Amino acid sequence: MAMDGGMPLADRLPAHGTIRSRKKTGLRRLLLHPVAKPLLFAACLLPFAWLVLALFTQQLGANPAEALQHATGIWALRFLCLALAVTPLRVRTGTPQLARFRRMLGLFVFFYACLHLLTYLWFDMWFAWADIAADIPQRPFILAGFATWLALLPLALTSTNKMIRRLGARRWKRLHRLVYAVAALALLHFFWMRSGKHNYAEVWFYAAIIGLLLLERVLRSYQRKRQARVGALR
Amino acid sequence: MAMNSSGKNGFVLPGEPVTPRHVHASRRDWLRWTAAAGTAALAGPFPALASEQTVTPPGELAPLASQPSQVAGAQARDALTAWEHVTQYNNFYEFGAGKTDPFDNAHALQTSPWEVKVEGLVNKPRTWALEDLLKLAPMEERIYRLRCVEGWSMVIPWIGYSLTALIKASQPQGSAKYVQFVTLADPETMPGVRSSRILDWPYTEGLRMDEALHPLTLLAFGLYGEVLPNQNGAPLRVVVPWKYGFKSAKSIVRIRFVEDQPATAWNKAAPREYGFYSNVNPDVPHPRWSQASERRIGEGGLFAKKRKTLPFNGYAEQVGQLYAGMDLRKNY
Repeated sequence: MAMDGGMPLADRLPAHGTIRSRKKTGLRRLLLHPVAKPLLFAACLLPFAWLVLALFTQQLGANPAEALQHATGIWALRFLCLALAVTPLRVRTGTPQLARFRRMLGLFVFFYACLHLLTYLWFDMWFAWADIAADIPQRPFILAGFATWLALLPLALTSTNKMIRRLGARRWKRLHRLVYAVAALALLHFFWMRSGKHNYAEVWFYAAIIGLLLLERVLRSYQRKRQARVGALR
Repeated sequence: MAMNSSGKNGFVLPGEPVTPRHVHASRRDWLRWTAAAGTAALAGPFPALASEQTVTPPGELAPLASQPSQVAGAQARDALTAWEHVTQYNNFYEFGAGKTDPFDNAHALQTSPWEVKVEGLVNKPRTWALEDLLKLAPMEERIYRLRCVEGWSMVIPWIGYSLTALIKASQPQGSAKYVQFVTLADPETMPGVRSSRILDWPYTEGLRMDEALHPLTLLAFGLYGEVLPNQNGAPLRVVVPWKYGFKSAKSIVRIRFVEDQPATAWNKAAPREYGFYSNVNPDVPHPRWSQASERRIGEGGLFAKKRKTLPFNGYAEQVGQLYAGMDLRKNY
């Protein structure tokens, strides 16, 4: 990405919303450091590493398959929250350097979502494709989960620079708005899964986070439009 | 017994050591589990003897003496689920909705003194002290399969006697058609009762009179040779092995004989998902969990294939006639 250079990006990039600080603080320099990305990559792999370790040391309890299924699902949702938080944080704190981490976080959503799907295909269904085909439409929460994964797929496939160029920025951006559908479907999947036992506390927690992150976008877009109108009148 | 030793659907011969076939299960863990389950490695070469599995009490709680039950179907030949799993993987929402919450929180439960009020349409209503109930009939050890509605199962050596004994002692009147169980709901000691609105506390369950009178319906006071651990429903519970686990009410404080079908906790919460009967039935799917198969806890670890779920959890021979002529798809 072009942002990797040491240029004072805040001066170069027009960021939407209020920019509170344009100073290049120590934190911002750290964000641009060459090891920042590898470090984040390693950190994103920690939940996976922990699960593998816990599996091999028998720490996943009486039902390891279920524990893996729950953990991979919840981590996919957590990374989705993180990925959706990048832009609001970038704009509201005036830290354009954050943008360089968004793609990686998004790809980790896909990574954990794939593992989550795999736990279902493997430990629940043993790759019995006929049973799977019958099971998915029969149980709405699984259908919602599968739809979430399907919606993530084109986002992951078009995440390379090459694909961005081929699609063109405008079309790529439009396609990647699909992430909002991903968020809604993921929450629906979680809600339906928990509705069997009326156990919604965690669902509301993540719904609140995602709701706030989406609300921020709506407000920002409204502000932007108003600013544009005011600008046009001048 | 609906036992299938072909291995095709994951059933193993009784007593066959649950040797891990994959690298992830270390030999030490196997030894620990097998020792805990106390079983079957010894009986391995003698499947005929496996119905008399040796149950080794873990030495954690007060011992509870018993004789092997003679009731038909009460000696499942499946390998026992390790005591650790039986006591650390529970659904007991009064202590929290997580599987290990009951293990973590149930120590607060006060099981002594304990009284059970038997009331309703009976000639001999009575408030029983636990001590008297313990002496009402000889204690039997019964090895039952337990199938949870969530698609997992265990094999547990319970101790208790047929609920029939208590029903006979209470002399139900002719109008008594159902038995309702009311369980403890104490906000002081039960964090789930305090904080969650998942269910309408207290948890209640019910059985039709003929189901309650079936010899397999167990009034249980212990497991694995000892009194019940709190998280498993101490000091007394029912165990109805042919129904999904939630039908087997834990920590009972009241038993009521009634004329009309009583409301039951999960049925009130989600009537479309949890019926009054809730007999284990692979042909009636649940919106969340396929009921066609089940994961036997502790069996072969992560890479063990699931087992096919049997009608009435494999007790069709004993209880099938209770439902003759009923549409089990409608009366799920």
